[in-house]
Order: sequence, then C-alpha cells, then structure tokens
Amino acid sequence: MAYALQQLINGITLGMIYGLIAVGYTMVYGIIGMINFAHGDVFMVGAYVGIIVLTAFSGMGLTAVPLGLLVALILAAGLCAIYGYTIERVAYRPLRGSFRLAPLISAIGMSILLENFVQTSQGAKERAIPSLIPGGITLMNENGFVVQLAWMQIAIVITTLVVLGIFTYLVTKTPLGRAMRAVEQDAKMAALLGIDTNRTISMTFVIGAALAAVAGIMFLLYYGVIDFYIGFDAGIKAFTAAVLGGIGSLPGAVLGGLLIGLIEAFWSGYATVAYKDVAVYSILAIVLMFMPTGLLGRNDVEKV
Amino acid sequence: MVLAAGFGLAAHPALAQVKVGVAGPMTGSNAAFGTQLKDGADQAVADINAKGGVLGKKIDEIVVDDACDPKQAVTVANQLVADGVVMVDGHFCSASTIPASKVYTENAILEISPASTNPQYTDGGSWNTFRTCGRDDEQGKVAAEYIAHHFKSDKIAVIDDNSTYGKGIADQVRMNLKKLGVPVTYSTSYTAGEKDYSALISRLKQDNIGLVYIGGYYSDAGLMMREGAAQGYHPQYFGEDAMVTSQLWQIAGPAAEGMLMTFPPPAEDSPAAAAVVKALTAAKEDPTGYTLYSYATIQVWAEAAKKAHSVKPLLVAKELKSGGPWNTVLGKVSFNKIGDIVPAAYAIWKWHDGNYKVFATK
Repeated sequence: MAYALQQLINGITLGMIYGLIAVGYTMVYGIIGMINFAHGDVFMVGAYVGIIVLTAFSGMGLTAVPLGLLVALILAAGLCAIYGYTIERVAYRPLRGSFRLAPLISAIGMSILLENFVQTSQGAKERAIPSLIPGGITLMNENGFVVQLAWMQIAIVITTLVVLGIFTYLVTKTPLGRAMRAVEQDAKMAALLGIDTNRTISMTFVIGAALAAVAGIMFLLYYGVIDFYIGFDAGIKAFTAAVLGGIGSLPGAVLGGLLIGLIEAFWSGYATVAYKDVAVYSILAIVLMFMPTGLLGRNDVEKV
Repeated sequence: MVLAAGFGLAAHPALAQVKVGVAGPMTGSNAAFGTQLKDGADQAVADINAKGGVLGKKIDEIVVDDACDPKQAVTVANQLVADGVVMVDGHFCSASTIPASKVYTENAILEISPASTNPQYTDGGSWNTFRTCGRDDEQGKVAAEYIAHHFKSDKIAVIDDNSTYGKGIADQVRMNLKKLGVPVTYSTSYTAGEKDYSALISRLKQDNIGLVYIGGYYSDAGLMMREGAAQGYHPQYFGEDAMVTSQLWQIAGPAAEGMLMTFPPPAEDSPAAAAVVKALTAAKEDPTGYTLYSYATIQVWAEAAKKAHSVKPLLVAKELKSGGPWNTVLGKVSFNKIGDIVPAAYAIWKWHDGNYKVFATK
C-alpha cells in the first residue's frame, strides 16, 4: 500500500512535468496545426537561464532563495518569450502557406540550432545546483517503508494546475483567446473579419515560450541537474503526452502527461525498469488505434 | 583543391612532425572524462616536445570528439586516418573504442586506450589494440569479493545502464557474486541519460536493498543517488571506474557520501608522477581519474618508438609487447600478448566530502 502510494506520487510528479511542457506543444498545434519541435529546446533554454541567475545569486552571496527564484522566473520567462517570438518570425512565418512539412523541418532545424548554441556557449558538461527547496512531509511509514512527499513535488502539481487554469481562461474568456480560436478555425476568414492573424500567432508563440521557461525552472528545481540535451528527451515525451491526450486540447495535454508519468512509474515499480518506454509507446499505439484523435481530441471533419 | 592537397603532401616531411590522435567524449554526458584524456595527453605532448620530440620529430596532437557515440566514434576514427595519425590515445567508452578499433586495424594504426575496460576490446586479438587501464573481468571480481566480505548480510541489487561498458561490468559482478554464493535480490537495466529515477529508487527501497551496485557512468549514478536521498533512501552505493570525476559530487552532492568504487591504486601519489602532477596542478587541471593514464599512453608510445627507432605502428606494437618494462607515470609497466597492461590491480576507493580516496587495497 505504502509502496503503491509512493509510486503514485512519483508518477504524478513526472506526469505533471510532461503535462506542463505538453501544454506548449498543444497550444501551437491548436492554432496553426504545426508541431513546434523547438519547444523542448526553449524549455531547456529556460532551465539554463534559471541556473545562471541562481548561480549568480549565490555567487554574490545572496541567500534569499525566494527572491532568486522570482528573478530567475521573470528573466527566464522574458528571455524565452523573446526566443519564441524570434523563432516564429524567422523560421515559421516565412514558410506559412508553404507545404505542410516545410515548417516541421525548419522546427527541427531550430531545435538543433538551440541545442548547439547552448552547448557551445554554456559547455557540454551537465550543470548542477544543490537542492534549493529540500525536504517534504512523511505521509506514512509502513514496516519501515517511508512514503515521502517532497515540497517540490507539491509545487510542481500546483504550478501545472494553475497554468492549465490560466490558459483555459485565456483561451475561452479573453479577446486574445477569441482571436486565437478564430484563427484556428479559419485563418483567412479571421483576417477578413479584422483579426491580426500574424499578431495572434506571434502571441501564441510568446505565451507558449514563457510557459516553457516556467517548466524549465520547475525541472531545474526538482532534478537539480540539467544539460543541453534535456529539451530533446523531455520534449519527445511531452509531445507524446500531447498526442495521447488529444493534440490541440489543453486539459488533454495534462491528462496525457499524467497518464505517461503513471505508466512509467507503475511499470518500473511492478514490471521492469528496462522496458518502461516500450510500455509507454505500446499504450500510445493502442489508444490511437481506437481513438485516433487522442483521449480528449475533437473529431475534426475534413473540409472537402 | 588538387593544388592545395599537393602542397599539403609536399609540406609534410619538411615539418618533421608525427601526428597522434586523442579521441574521447569531449562533449555529451561523459565530457568530464574527455577533459581528463585531453589534459593528460596535452601535458605528455608538451613534455615530450620540450625534450626534442620523438626521434627528432615534434608530436602534433589532433583531438577529436566521439561523444561516447559508437557511430560518431567510427566517423572520427576515419577522420584521424585521413589526417595521417600513427597512434590514437583513446577512446574512452568501450562502446566507442571497440567499433573504432576496427577502423584502426584496417588502416594499420596503433590504438592505445587509457580507459576502456571492457574485455572484448583486446580479446579481439588485433595486433594494434592496447590499453593502459585494467579489465572489467578483474575489476568486477575485486568488487564482488569486497561485497561478499563486507556486505554479506545486506540485500544486494545490481543495476546497469545497458551500455557495452555498464552492462559488461555489472554482468561480471553478477557472475562473481554468484560464484561466491552471494544472492542478488534485484537486478535490472535503466536507460542512460534518463533524468527521473524515482520509480527505480522506490523499488529498491521497497525491496529493502542495502547495497546498490551501479554499472554505468557518473551522470546517471549521481542523479540516482540525489533522488534517492530526496526519498529518504540511503543505501551503500558501489560504483566503478566511470565515476572517478569530481563531476559526480557536483551532481549528487552529499548524497554520494560514503560511496565505494573500484579504480586502480592512485598513480598521482607515486614518485614517478610527482613532476607531472605538479605541472597539471599548476595549470589548474585535475591529475586524478584517467588523466595520468592518458599521459602514460602517449609516454609509453614515445618510449617504444624511440626503442624501435621508428614510428611505424607495426614496429612500435611489437616493441611495446617485447621491449618492456616501461617507465611511466604509472610506474613500471609492460604489456602482455594481447596488449593488456601488466600489472593491472584494482583498489577500493571511497567518496568523502567531495573527494575520492583509496579506502582498501583489497
């Protein structure tokens, strides 16, 4: 019982991290129907900005962790937003209206560019920080098996849920959200009705990138170790989560992430660690066979 | 292009240089070891060139990066062949060293690995493969014997990262523990490069594992220990020679306190290494880990070339095997018929407060 609870905690935390990144994939897909493969790398840039700020803070002898975190979060979100805007402007907008695969390939190109940029500018070794928010609560103790819930794990779950809430509100209740939905349904018609589609799409990228920065900081705080490659690994899993949950759906992204996290934890816990990715992708394949649009995806009728 | 190539060829003899390659993971998750290999080789080349080089020729060092990726290892091996090197100091990861050695054999180039411990590397029986480090069958045996003596009452887990090296050494430990009659309670492979080991940690905790043997590289092991501590799990960790870098402590922090690992006895304390250690320390480079092994690789090759009066790989290889013992920073060493170093002892090291020290010699 205690063991299952601990694995549940492990799975939920991991799943929420995937979900947090997946929201960014799903937003961009929702509005322009394109997979932004560079999203995972913007997430990685966010984590690096975080580690640079936090290291600078401790280097200056400042020990106020909350202040450092706040500065790191604001700087990372701001910088990543600029990255997001630039990537869209440079690599995607010129290709809009081109054939479908063109922006996909340029997205992969941007992803490699960011990885190599960080590798050369920040070094190829992994960077680590000590745990800034250590400790947690002991939930139960069953025959010596102690179930630990770390403060960071609670923080991750809360962050993801808050982010999901904010974005759902943004998309359904605000003028920007209305514009986003209009562009999603029919970009040409939206433009005819006076919506600035370029601005709307840019805003989506800016918001998505800021979100990736938040995810990057959470990742850094939870694991404490990052390298220039984390965007690729986490990005692939988050993308899978978005597809599993139904790409284009915000709650679907978090649900998909949660499912993948839980499958990984319970498969590792009760079957074998070695085959956990096989389990994840097998379940993805099975779900897609029966529900081609994912768990919460809508059935778009193809216009003829 | 043709003209330039022509000039290039014509220019070679005039410079009187001999080219050697240094191959290792200069980037990627094992970059700390790439640095060790490069630092050692740089120092050796500088020292030898300062004394007039090898047979009147200056050593020209070409550093390449295989990122511990077998495919990239073959690519950079071919690049070194094209550059015309006569000897390669490398590679680091066994999974890189073994496929690269095929390229070197085909092109008759000497390969001396300072760090690849997987037995398959020299067991292939090529004339051109050597190593200045020990072998995993010996290393695994030393680890298993130590565990059998000191941790008999603990439940034992042996996990590995499924790499040529990691699984190779873990399998040696499993086999030797079985021979010694010590049961292994839990045994599995994890994915190298993974960041979340919480599920695996919970599993070890649930099975009441008291000793965890990790066959893998420092970045994964470090993270695993860190996540273990966060879950309140503090078993005895036991690692191997791919963890002798301060990077491990950077990642794991105090969670690595008391970790044991197998590595050859310290070379940096021996009088033969004193001058080199001083030079490395002055340059703010770490003389521990595989740095001196990389130094010894270049050093022993230069000595053998001098004695053979040639840098031709075939002649140097013969000389290396028959002409020993050689005076190196590792002390007096020689090579056996398949190119393994003699003697190749292993000691038990222990992590304490950010440093690793020899803890027991058997």
